[in-house]
Amino acid sequence: MSESLVKLTINGQLIEAPIGLNLIEAAKLIGVEIPHFCYHPDLCIAGNCRMCVVEVATLRTGPTGTPILEWNPKLTIACNTTVVEGMEVLTHTPRIIEARRGVMEFLLINHPLDCPICDQAGECRLQELAMDYGRAESRFVEEKERKPKRTLLGPKIMLDDERCILCSRCIRFMRDVAGQDCLGFMGRGSRSTLTCYPGREPSTNYDLNIVDLCPVGALTSVDFRFKQRVWFLKQTRSLCPHCSTGCNIVIGSRENTVCRLTPRDNEAVNQRWMCDEGRLNYRFINDPTRLVEPLSRMNENVQSLSWDEATRQIAERLTALRDGGEGRIAFIGSAGATTEELFLFRQLAGVLGVTLMDVVPHTGSADARLLQSDRNPNTAGALVTGVAAIPPGSRLLEIAQGIQDGRIRALVVLNEDIIPAGIGADLLGKLELLISVSRLPSAVTEAAHYLLPGATFAEKSGTFINRAGRIQRMNPAVASPGNARPEWRILAGLLAELGQPQEESLESIYRAMAQVLAPVWGVTWDAIGSQGVQLHVD
Amino acid sequence: MIVERPKLTIWDRLYMPQILKGMWITLKHIPMKRFTRQYPEETPPLPKRYRGVPTLVRDPEQRVKCVACQLCEFVCPPRAITVIPGFRAETGPDAKVEKEPSDFIIDMARCIYCGLCEEACPEEAIFLKKDYAMASYTREQMKLHKEKLLELGGIHEDRICKWKKK
Ligand code: SF4
Ligand code: SF4
Ligand code: SF4
Ligand code: SF4
Ligand code: FES
Repeated sequence: MSESLVKLTINGQLIEAPIGLNLIEAAKLIGVEIPHFCYHPDLCIAGNCRMCVVEVATLRTGPTGTPILEWNPKLTIACNTTVVEGMEVLTHTPRIIEARRGVMEFLLINHPLDCPICDQAGECRLQELAMDYGRAESRFVEEKERKPKRTLLGPKIMLDDERCILCSRCIRFMRDVAGQDCLGFMGRGSRSTLTCYPGREPSTNYDLNIVDLCPVGALTSVDFRFKQRVWFLKQTRSLCPHCSTGCNIVIGSRENTVCRLTPRDNEAVNQRWMCDEGRLNYRFINDPTRLVEPLSRMNENVQSLSWDEATRQIAERLTALRDGGEGRIAFIGSAGATTEELFLFRQLAGVLGVTLMDVVPHTGSADARLLQSDRNPNTAGALVTGVAAIPPGSRLLEIAQGIQDGRIRALVVLNEDIIPAGIGADLLGKLELLISVSRLPSAVTEAAHYLLPGATFAEKSGTFINRAGRIQRMNPAVASPGNARPEWRILAGLLAELGQPQEESLESIYRAMAQVLAPVWGVTWDAIGSQGVQLHVD
Repeated sequence: MIVERPKLTIWDRLYMPQILKGMWITLKHIPMKRFTRQYPEETPPLPKRYRGVPTLVRDPEQRVKCVACQLCEFVCPPRAITVIPGFRAETGPDAKVEKEPSDFIIDMARCIYCGLCEEACPEEAIFLKKDYAMASYTREQMKLHKEKLLELGGIHEDRICKWKKK
């Protein structure tokens, strides 16, 4: 037995648990769930809901010196009790169940019958535990306590005080994690009300996490309000593409519409949180102006093409330019593309003899928690595949210069609006061939000779390597609109047309990549799984 | 499996006797009591719990009872129901209900009249009425929208009036 482990018995089962673990977590080790409201693994212990009560016995030295097991006469809260050698715990005796039923009854006396209009319904702890510990009928004959409903807490959160069960999770999160002490309780007893200090509404970039934290529907998201019931949402594990942290997320979608993004546990990356900026950055997926068809534009003559035709024409024109002389083609990739796409992009550059390529850096303000100033989710991937210059963006000027001089005649742009990056419309007009892979119309797509509609992060699988060098996987949640398709398929099609047939699935492309790209050697697709793998990159 | 054709006797093959026998049965029924109902002039008496078209109802104060909880949409076995959730007007007598369907569509070409929507509804807002003649010329017309459903449903004599007490 290691020093830091203690032995205890939970419901008659002997287990070993690390010192310092509380009983809720210890019971989880053997698959026993102790119901709770106020406890949260990432917040300090408040111990105010009393739902987690258990019976505990500890070893005491008896009168003759032999240890005897002594049962605590009162029920004990599991969240604030840590494991002790020789402890015995019972989690579901009739006495405990009676106590929990009592707690539930008190919680429900003033609770409104709002489930049909409450966005939390379906993922509400109070609903779930009412199934286990609730009474079918209320014994409460008095008037219910009235509290304010539909109060806006800042622009992002809607507070309904009648639904609040006073667990204080939101208060603790805002104070201890988000760093803005702005919420508190007012009043006593059944008149206790959650409220916000006047003029100090939650205004951090992490406010919406309290919506996830709130075990009931007291705090709901204004953005998601009345959009869709949660039980209809398909849950897809993915990654936030909004910065280089790569928070692990769940995409909630219904019938090809993304309705919300929520964080997913990953101790090594984002714990259980994500920032509001990333969370609310999904509308472009469902944008009605998304590009849906490959197009060619010759002298203002716009024509829609089939993928085969577009691929063939592009390959033909690029080959002609390659054979016409060195350095006529330049590539601008995207550090928002997946590693596999960047790998194929680099390969395409190789086939076409392109040596001049780079990505466009995107930066924004960072905060001290998750949000990074590098707003590209895969800068590390662009570096390891060799698409990005060192430092990223440093060769863009050279590309602009080349176009200006007339040396560069063709430009292939992967999902970037390069005009703010210094390659203006006048330069684009000089190009003989501009190929743009894009999802949304921009000045670049307006000028492009070939326009290939791509897919957003929610529509494809692939990997991102985050700023710490962790490779993580995302999965497709919705289908791309119209004929748009993931960039890896577009690039693989072009490579095949140029005589380099590619694997059919993203997974096998990853496998091919893992054989040649040093940082991911030996990292299998399955190993990346849902939590990612830390790579050794400099 | 090969099925042997039965061998027909002369009597069978003569064919006329069977025809005459059939005619006789028909003739025998002419003076007897008629069973056929002359639909649509004559409509059938419906059993008390007959389940016809699902409809939306209002409460005695003209409130649309449905709050767009989408439980009926979830329970409907052939997925005939589509609810488009929306907001109630923030001012006005309904404001505290907060939510209502901005549209509510029941595809009568899909509905199997099972009544599960009525059973699932926590607001007593959807009821199967006795109307059954819901045929139309196009599939689009078979989709009944919110206004039509409310018109079919009418007022429900609500005893609880939950939202009034809120
Ligand atoms: S609003 Fe939610 S998280 Fe905050 S105290 Fe009430 S129930 Fe707990
Ligand atoms: S911190 Fe970065 S990765 Fe995480 S949610 Fe915000 S933008 Fe997305
Ligand atoms: S009666 Fe049955 S099939 Fe028809 S709408 Fe209701 S639940 Fe659906
Ligand atoms: S009819 Fe009833 S079950 Fe259906 S959405 Fe409206 S309130 Fe919910
Ligand atoms: S979880 Fe232990 S008292 Fe709330």
